[in-house]
Amino acid sequence: MNLHASPSRRDTILYLDGVSVSFDGFKALNNLSFYVEVGELRAIIGPNGAGKTTMMDVVTGKTRPDSGDVIFNGGTDLTKLDEAHIANLGIGRKFQKPTVFESQSVFENLELALAGNRRVFQSLFFTLTSVQAQRIDEVLETIRLTGDRAKQAGDLSHGQKQWLEIGMLLMQEPDLLLVDEPAAGMTDAETMQTAEMLKRIAGDHSVIVVEHDMSFIRALGCRVTVLNEGSVLAEGSLDAMQADERVIESYLGR
Amino acid sequence: MAPKRNFLSIVLAETGGRVLLGLLLAAAILVPASNLLLPEGSFLHVPTYIVTLMGKYLAFALLALSVDLIWGYAGILSLGHGAFFALGGYAMGMYLMRQIGDRGVYGNAELPDFMVFLNWTELPWYWHGFDAFPFALVMVVAVPGALALVFGWFAFRSRVTGVYLSIITQAMTYALLLAFFRNDMGFGGNNGLTDFKEILGFNIQAQNTRAVLFSLSALAVAGGYIMCKLIVSSRLGRVLIAIRDAESRTRFLGYRAEYYKLFVFVVSAMLAGIAGALYVPQVGIINPSEFAPAVSIEIVIWVAIGGRGSLYGAVLGAILVNYAKTYLTGAMPDAWLFALGALFIASTIFLPKGIVGTLPAFGTGKRRGQKS
Repeated sequence: MNLHASPSRRDTILYLDGVSVSFDGFKALNNLSFYVEVGELRAIIGPNGAGKTTMMDVVTGKTRPDSGDVIFNGGTDLTKLDEAHIANLGIGRKFQKPTVFESQSVFENLELALAGNRRVFQSLFFTLTSVQAQRIDEVLETIRLTGDRAKQAGDLSHGQKQWLEIGMLLMQEPDLLLVDEPAAGMTDAETMQTAEMLKRIAGDHSVIVVEHDMSFIRALGCRVTVLNEGSVLAEGSLDAMQADERVIESYLGR
Repeated sequence: MAPKRNFLSIVLAETGGRVLLGLLLAAAILVPASNLLLPEGSFLHVPTYIVTLMGKYLAFALLALSVDLIWGYAGILSLGHGAFFALGGYAMGMYLMRQIGDRGVYGNAELPDFMVFLNWTELPWYWHGFDAFPFALVMVVAVPGALALVFGWFAFRSRVTGVYLSIITQAMTYALLLAFFRNDMGFGGNNGLTDFKEILGFNIQAQNTRAVLFSLSALAVAGGYIMCKLIVSSRLGRVLIAIRDAESRTRFLGYRAEYYKLFVFVVSAMLAGIAGALYVPQVGIINPSEFAPAVSIEIVIWVAIGGRGSLYGAVLGAILVNYAKTYLTGAMPDAWLFALGALFIASTIFLPKGIVGTLPAFGTGKRRGQKS
């Protein structure tokens, strides 16, 4: 344990310390350490294979790290827990490819994501309360899908599916949202609307966004962490990153 | 807003379900009435052998329902559901064997004939209790349920899905086939259990008994449909559909997919066990051939042809395919397997959603079971 880390750790929502993961000898994460503060909006960029998605897999319990600590909310070690457990602790994840329940309606998708008991028998006898229905209405408003509530999720446009998935994250009422390439495949207008949406969400929640689109990151206007070869290359404002020699060398320059 | 939903509005939500329940209730009353009350020469008289045949189809319909519950809604393609059906059948068969008493060929009141033939002197421990009907009824659901619980616990916890799961369900039923073939298992080996005389003191061959068994089968299918419909209409049902369509998304929402699958798998196995218990007294025999992998595959074909993910489609498919089987095995005994294969290929190509998913008559309302 690194004692020097302890003072700041208490105020962090997510704290990674010396995390390494290798697949068949390839080091996807190599002694990765960084932290995100409570309520912060953070962008993570990096070339392909830098470990961005693997980092999210480790945090959400999909992949177990070979070594290192992943501490949530200043005290919970996530490395021993499975996906469902971590989700119930308050970490929501949006996949790179929009993943919604296509054969169910927009409303039903949000209802499934509704925070609450996830046990089998509670689900069998579940009825929606008016408070919960109101909460779904609020989220529908936030993700601009109020008019499409009865539509099958499979019939939504690509951008709308991305929003629905963000909406499902919000329904979970997580403390931390991990959002993987939310602007992929979106029109410019949708991209800017998505940036606005995430900025509004941050503050109440902590948000980590992985993205390639530089104009989108500029619109987020937040601190940027640059990953390369499985560890942190640099961290700071987007302008500082774009001026950084090493970042240009490894990523932006190419 | 979420509409107020009560028991009847859920169960009777779809046209197909209303028609099915109406037909089952009518059949449960009218078929025995016609068989027992009308004179044999009458135009409307249903002969006893037809009553029994239809009762057998209804047992298969309940079995198809159990497969549709897991395959249509949770995406679990079991190619070994015949095993649960057969175990339920064996539990009922053991009760019926105990009722034979000293009327067997060897006249031994303590042991079934096949045990006397094997020179056994004592009843094996696992046969004890089966002379009591309530005990046998509990075993009809408990044994398949327990097997499904253990099997499902390991399979779902290890995240075995898709074709891998289908393959190990085949292996499961095949292993049971081999085990039940062995004489020293104590279940009659190759010949299975047969020569039944009485059920609850009523002659099993009697017209009245047959009529009652038919009615019970019809009511069991109706009850099974209602239970499955309530399950799939609940939030649990929507979680199952979510698991079917995007399992990892469901996990990241915080649902433990393995427990949901386990629940529905056990319920399904119990339903299949009840179907087996209704089947055995009507056909008069249970033997290891019910464990054959091909039997389990046939069940899946019924569901595919009827229409997966609607429940009533499974019932329709089971009855239609089995009617065709009875007809063809009589008319052209060698052609049946070819016909079954052709039917499956044709339904995959021309009716990928099965009969109820394709015919416009069934297209009313929203169908949750299928992707558009």
